[in-house]
Amino acid sequence: MKEVAAKAQKSALIIDATDNVAVALQDFKKGDQCQISSNGREEKIQLLEDIPFGHKLAIQFIEENESVLKYGEEIGKMKTAVKKGGWIHVHNMFCERGGGK
Amino acid sequence: MSQTFMGFLRKDGKVGVRNHIAIIPSVFCSAKVAERIAYQVPGSVYFRHPVGCSQVGEDLEVTAKTLIAIGNNPNFAGVVVVGLGCERFSPYELADGIAPSNKMLDTVVIQEEGDSLAAIQKGSRIAREMQQMASKQVREEFPVSKLIIGLNCGGSDMTSGLIANPALGHASDKLVKHGGSSILSEITELLGTEEILARRAVNDEVAQDIMNTVRHTEDKLLKQTQQSSNKARTHLISTGNYDGGLSSVVEKSLGSMKKSGNAQFSGVIQYGHQPKSQGLFLLDSPGHDGEVSTGQVAAGAQIILFPTGRGTPTGFPGVPVIKITGNPKTYGRMKENIDINAGEVLLGNRTLEQMGEEIYQDILEVASGKQVKAEILGHDEQFCITRLP
Repeated sequence: MKEVAAKAQKSALIIDATDNVAVALQDFKKGDQCQISSNGREEKIQLLEDIPFGHKLAIQFIEENESVLKYGEEIGKMKTAVKKGGWIHVHNMFCERGGGK
Repeated sequence: MSQTFMGFLRKDGKVGVRNHIAIIPSVFCSAKVAERIAYQVPGSVYFRHPVGCSQVGEDLEVTAKTLIAIGNNPNFAGVVVVGLGCERFSPYELADGIAPSNKMLDTVVIQEEGDSLAAIQKGSRIAREMQQMASKQVREEFPVSKLIIGLNCGGSDMTSGLIANPALGHASDKLVKHGGSSILSEITELLGTEEILARRAVNDEVAQDIMNTVRHTEDKLLKQTQQSSNKARTHLISTGNYDGGLSSVVEKSLGSMKKSGNAQFSGVIQYGHQPKSQGLFLLDSPGHDGEVSTGQVAAGAQIILFPTGRGTPTGFPGVPVIKITGNPKTYGRMKENIDINAGEVLLGNRTLEQMGEEIYQDILEVASGKQVKAEILGHDEQFCITRLP
């Protein structure tokens, strides 16, 4: 998968227009500029952390306990607030369903 | 863009996208004879299975209903039922179940013919004649409301939930919007999203059916895993999923569910049954690639849509399986097996909506006769009837 990621443009994918996250289409380093585009919306976001391929980045400020929206649906809530360009994963997001970490 | 396709009208009003003769064994004992008949008559397809005898109750019911429903699928112009003669599921019961379709139909029973060679000879003559009759039929134009597609997936990687499935969702939504039908299954891949699915139900009754179907599957899985000494195995999401960037089981299941786009669910259908109306349906089936496709073809699907990130070559007898990958590297490696390269989205060359439109147009072309790669290469592994414990 890493080789696939290397060929992609420096961009992230917004799956649904109502989402507040985008998915990294390649490995990003802190400080990288990431291109997001969705239904006419074109923007460059500066990343605040390293974000690996396939992981989520906030495309706007998301408050503590606010829903994380991907696929136009809630996939969990924030344990702590995240700034635009921040990484969202199990360290700062929770979902009561499913077990695991 | 046209909202029609060129298909074969059947006497029961259904429309086939293929015009094959189906050779269906009623029991595993007659599988080889069915296979030999199909080899004698190119244009026919056969359905190898390991069941039809030594089964009881619901398990036998599902086998019977599924085989009958396969025979009724409009992709088949005629059916030759091949029985042994002493099996639990009678070949005549199978033929009686297909008879209402008014398609060409005949039955060959090995023990009545004398031996397997006699049965192959008789069956081949029947299939040959049916094939000649079928070859006279020409395609006519029909609206997409006559199409039913099955949504399946297998050999997934992270591009499946990210790209191929959401792109397919756009195509499914467009088909449903124009009056066609689409079937989502793989209940084991939907755990955690039952409330989201239920919200998309057309009414409260369907919402309740969806909740019950998903919960029933989860209860069954829980029972099967309770005794496990490795507690991590009972988690609905794996360490590998987390490493790949998924943060919850809801997020993982949404990646599977989004094959069905955003359309409303018109109902839930049981395995071996058919939808009573048009629209998007949920079929109660476990996640096995073959069991899913078989349930969908039994439900009437003429085409299967199949996202695969890592790449799988499998196909279904007499039913085109359109392979889509969201991984450009997989497409590069498996060009002879994959029909649509949705990896263009990953590379930034297409949006999900544009990819969805390409998939939709491909569905219409395949429905009108364009062969998919699995058909041309003879892949037919996906026929696999589900078993009940």
